[in-house]
Amino acid sequence: MTGPVLEIRGLRIALPKDGDRAEAVSDVSFSVAAGEIVCLVGESGSGKSVIAFSAMGLLPKTLPITAGAIELQGENLVGATELRLRELRCTRMGMIFQEPMTALNPVMRCGDQIDEVLREHTRLSAAERRAKIIAMIEQVHLPDPARMVGSFPHQLSGGQRQRIMIAMALILGPSLLIADEPTTALDVTTQAQTLKLIKELQRDRGTGVLFITHDFGVVAEIADRVAVLKYGELVEMGTTAQILSAPQHPYTQMLIASVPSHTPPARAPAAGAGDAIVLRTEALAKTYSTTGLFGGARKVDAARDVSIEIRKGETLGIVGESGSGKSTVARCIARLIDPSSGKILLAGTDIASMPAGRLRALRRKVQIVFQDPYRSLNPRRTVGESIIEGPMNYGLARHEALERSRKLMELVRLDPVALERYPHQFSGGQRQRICIARALAMEPELLIADEAVSALDVSVQAQVLKLLEEIRRSLHLAVLFITHDLRVAAQICDKVAVMSKGRVVEYGPAEQVFGSPQHEYTRALFDAAPGRRFKFAAA
Amino acid sequence: MIVEAPAIAAGKPGVWLRLLRNPSVLIGALLFGLIALMGIAAPLLSSIDPGAINPSNRNKTPGYETAARDDEGRKITHKAIMGTDSLGRDIYTRVVYGARVSLIVGVTVSVLSIAVGLLIGLFTGYLRWLDGIVMRVMDGLMAIPTILLAIALVSLSGASLMTVIIAVAIPDIPRVVRLVRSIVLSIREEPYVEAAISVGTPTIKVLWRHVLPNTIPPLIVQATFTCGSAILLEAILSFLGVGIPPETPTWGNIMAEGRSLFQVYPHNILFPGAFLTLTVLAINMLGDGLRDTLDPRMSKRL
Repeated sequence: MTGPVLEIRGLRIALPKDGDRAEAVSDVSFSVAAGEIVCLVGESGSGKSVIAFSAMGLLPKTLPITAGAIELQGENLVGATELRLRELRCTRMGMIFQEPMTALNPVMRCGDQIDEVLREHTRLSAAERRAKIIAMIEQVHLPDPARMVGSFPHQLSGGQRQRIMIAMALILGPSLLIADEPTTALDVTTQAQTLKLIKELQRDRGTGVLFITHDFGVVAEIADRVAVLKYGELVEMGTTAQILSAPQHPYTQMLIASVPSHTPPARAPAAGAGDAIVLRTEALAKTYSTTGLFGGARKVDAARDVSIEIRKGETLGIVGESGSGKSTVARCIARLIDPSSGKILLAGTDIASMPAGRLRALRRKVQIVFQDPYRSLNPRRTVGESIIEGPMNYGLARHEALERSRKLMELVRLDPVALERYPHQFSGGQRQRICIARALAMEPELLIADEAVSALDVSVQAQVLKLLEEIRRSLHLAVLFITHDLRVAAQICDKVAVMSKGRVVEYGPAEQVFGSPQHEYTRALFDAAPGRRFKFAAA
Repeated sequence: MIVEAPAIAAGKPGVWLRLLRNPSVLIGALLFGLIALMGIAAPLLSSIDPGAINPSNRNKTPGYETAARDDEGRKITHKAIMGTDSLGRDIYTRVVYGARVSLIVGVTVSVLSIAVGLLIGLFTGYLRWLDGIVMRVMDGLMAIPTILLAIALVSLSGASLMTVIIAVAIPDIPRVVRLVRSIVLSIREEPYVEAAISVGTPTIKVLWRHVLPNTIPPLIVQATFTCGSAILLEAILSFLGVGIPPETPTWGNIMAEGRSLFQVYPHNILFPGAFLTLTVLAINMLGDGLRDTLDPRMSKRL
């Protein structure tokens, strides 16, 4: 087949009147050839998902295509009838989405959902359809196809659901596959497997793939060519090597420079042996037990035998996949949940089983910054009120608390005038800085960052990490940094603890853990990190 | 080095403006306001005592005119625009005065059930150990049919305005508790509530500052529906004879006394019934409109 599979020329998509700019997509042109993977990268709000949806004809009426052409194997999709688009979907172009749980119908069996595709577009008999489905499920490397066909989405893991979606999209052999951030919601190891699967299927079938992502590691791993979007405009396009190692446009250069590298930088030891131990846990454990009425009680060990210690001025990182127990450990230390056993020694005092009354006095020493900046601040209270709530709880007068909050806003590089504003008037990165200010208002000894930068764009993430480093150094603070992102951990942590299934499998200085991991889980985790072998252009 | 401050966002029009633009809210509020005005201005709308018995004028059809002579001997005519009941009392006057009682019952029951339900619901939703016990009690209360429960409560301590209000409020409390509890359960898990706990805010203040404001919009909607059903329930109780004593005119009372002669003199039931329908309709329209405007919709981030 000559000619590109997908060609987008001069595409313009308008935004509704009260949007922050006139057009979601401004004059974007690029093409995807057969057998090639093109990655569309950009930060949130850059218009990448909008382009993907427009190709499939899934845009809402509020986002009209005002100019340009989208050609699928030479046929223009702009202005095509709904009937024609329906004929093309799944037969010539397929799409996989970000959240596998919400993309699959929870009340239909997986086999039936794939069957729906075949029933709509082919005239095969039931037995033929079933044979085709089983063959496809084997191709996506799912074990026990007969069981998969009969199971419901909630009975499968995230990675398995994503494979079912890939099976649905590719079963009729379309020439174009659009993947809208399909691995963002998956663990590192599952992500590696899914990317490998997409590459394999694409190679075998010669499909053109348009891959939307914001993760440059994934881009390094899988892309042949890369297109960079900024606020709806295509700023740069080229091969992977060109874009990632030698970007030309200043925006691309800024983005690539913000990507942390896998190797920890050489750091002066943050805490000497003479520094006080701020936090030490001994055999910390948390077990959740559900008691069934008719027997069938289950115990889940969220965390087991966790012993870590943090000194003043030091950053300890806890890395692990979802379900490894890292957030549980953080919440136990902050006493937001009660540990089942073990000791938590905060500057010598054991707070693990302290009753709530005595705990209040010690709460100020441990402060936590949460993951989701959009839900961490009460939307009905001004930012200033959120920050002064803590100090006022401990007896500080209102005007003194406001004075402190003004100084803290300056510390996190925000204008103190903005204390009167409400959270919805700030961006995600700004909100996260306000949350840091709120945590610092208590003058804590230990700051816990629970996936604090995971929900931020890569450039914003770099800013917030830099801010955290400065604060840590100037206040000589102890920081417990929870993350699943190995690059971030490599950049910012002095010591690293790797957790898997509730246990700490490896624990030591960052250079040691990253440079020569001992435990096989750690090695598997590092190997699975996307783009590991790629050298990104430095700042 | 100070870097950023966000611009004052343009934002959507405020809540009040959006409410006023909704036709249901407008019409419902207007109608309800008119009826409330009618009740308040009852002495101005009719100069006759609602309890004045005049057996010689009983069961007159609407539009009947009576003539009388006042102390100076002048002839005054009075037109009973809604007719008279079986004791000769003017139905128009009774309806207008009856609006007072009905609306007082409606609003008081609403406020009472919301206040009590909110208190119970807040603590039940937030404190896990309280949850099980209280919700089973609420389930038990809800299992008893509303009217029967109200009748039983009235008969416990005799019929009067206060007893009727309490008897009508109690069956509504479990519904409010359930509503508040469901909201508290979801708010409780929000990171900003955890943040408030971690900065040492005591439980009461967390409930007051962070949890309570989220319950207000659905509660306002629930209040309007409670008001409508309370007015209806009071009418039903009076109709059955276990409501407010017959000296005080209420729409239910008027209908109860006119029941036996319904087939011959339907105006006894028609007029209070029409006003009752209009009031409940107005309140329900208001509630629907409020719910459409105030219900927090989950906004999707693309």
